[in-house]
Amino acid sequence: MDEHLHICPYQSIQVIFAVRNRHFKAGPGLETIISGIIQGLKLFFSGDPALWQIIGVSAQVSGAALLLSALLGIPLGAVLGLTRFPGRRMIQALVYTGMGLPPVVVGLAVYLLLSNNGLLGPLQQTWIPKLFTVEAMIAAQVVIAVPLVVGYTMSAVGEVSPNLRLQVRSLGATRLQTLGATLWEARRGVLVALIGGLGSILSEVGAVMMVGGNIDGSTRVMTTAILLETRRGNFELAIGLGIVLLGMAFLINLSAAQLQGKGH
Amino acid sequence: MAPVYQLANVTKAYSGRQILRIDQLDIYPGEILAVVGPSGAGKSTLLRLLNFLEAPDSGSIYFNQQPINYQSVPLEIRRTVTTVFQNPALLSGSVTANLLFGLRLRGQNDGQNEVDEMLERFGLAALRRSPAHALSGGEAQRVALARALILKPSVLLLDEPTANLDPYNAEMIESVIRGVNQIHLTTIVLVTHNIFQARRLADRVALMLNGEIIETADTRTFFENPRDSRTLRFVRGEMVW
Repeated sequence: MDEHLHICPYQSIQVIFAVRNRHFKAGPGLETIISGIIQGLKLFFSGDPALWQIIGVSAQVSGAALLLSALLGIPLGAVLGLTRFPGRRMIQALVYTGMGLPPVVVGLAVYLLLSNNGLLGPLQQTWIPKLFTVEAMIAAQVVIAVPLVVGYTMSAVGEVSPNLRLQVRSLGATRLQTLGATLWEARRGVLVALIGGLGSILSEVGAVMMVGGNIDGSTRVMTTAILLETRRGNFELAIGLGIVLLGMAFLINLSAAQLQGKGH
Repeated sequence: MAPVYQLANVTKAYSGRQILRIDQLDIYPGEILAVVGPSGAGKSTLLRLLNFLEAPDSGSIYFNQQPINYQSVPLEIRRTVTTVFQNPALLSGSVTANLLFGLRLRGQNDGQNEVDEMLERFGLAALRRSPAHALSGGEAQRVALARALILKPSVLLLDEPTANLDPYNAEMIESVIRGVNQIHLTTIVLVTHNIFQARRLADRVALMLNGEIIETADTRTFFENPRDSRTLRFVRGEMVW
């Protein structure tokens, strides 16, 4: 019996991948993974410049994208959740569709918009980000995260009792104050909206790869670096970045859970 | 004395169903007007119109001799009227935060003295830091009333304020309503199912049936010598709904 018949499907994929890339390098075994975790932790705690530079860019892109998504998504979600106007259902359907947008499609769309032959690229305006820049990556991330923030916020404010909103109005609130009070009452749901948005931003790889280009020292973020380092067989850095990414996600969710607890 | 509210030919429908059809209703300053009638008579809808929370489909409503354009009710007019609903819709946060809420909407950030006074008056001092969601029904309703009264409204609209409350809480709330009316001359519109409460508190009583005001009269006349046979049946408890 052929030897290759005894290898597991995972190994088969690795072999095929390696042959295709003409490297024929074995995938990581358990030893490599453990060593990778140790090395990754060492890189992280020793302040490895390459690792921390990537973390820095990731934090910049994620932070800016989340902030913009919150500024756009929370008010829009609140308005869609609380007001009735012709075309609202159509907009809601578009938002729900947007919540499931494949990131690579977003990447492609943003790429086509910003490229020199695209719709916005030739305008050469300062507010239009250029391809293969951090700003372009932020733009793509915002397109991915905004529908999630809008959708979750819409649902959260919709769950605030209409009687409470009526009572707030009756106590003399302006429309804006009513909106603010409703958002405050729905704050746990809004927090979930932000966590959902951040989750999509942190885990995203396809769109940022397309519009950022994964340029070393400039647009390389954790997800794109993990992809690259894995392809290179440089598992230590990939695992180190993976640990940081997971750790960040855990800390953010832990903080959110704490905040939710306080809000109760 | 000129009425605070003058309603003429006011109608309101939801999904094609007529809820209100009021030919005429005047509400006078400083009076307690009890609006009684069966469920679905349109009493709560009337309160929402009086609080400018909803617009009538047709007709006119004058407030202090000014016609009200419901598309843009001036904030200073809206803020002279407030409602306490049957289910006290309290905001998350403490009892104190709830009492401060309306003051903060008005840009008044230092209202601690007023809050203390209200907490004492409503027997809520021990609960000042308690979260609103942990209150009993009676406590929550007292907070809701205190939250409205701290704003010193010239018109107070009460939608079944003592429904589902025990006698102690109901009596306390009735006593506060009477006091506010007598001391501050606050105009009060009280929607109630309880005809005994209407008799105890009101200066005038209006009977609503199917969105219409059947009869409005001073309390004694309403209960002892009503004009309309339906009022008589209602007062005698013969009207089934």
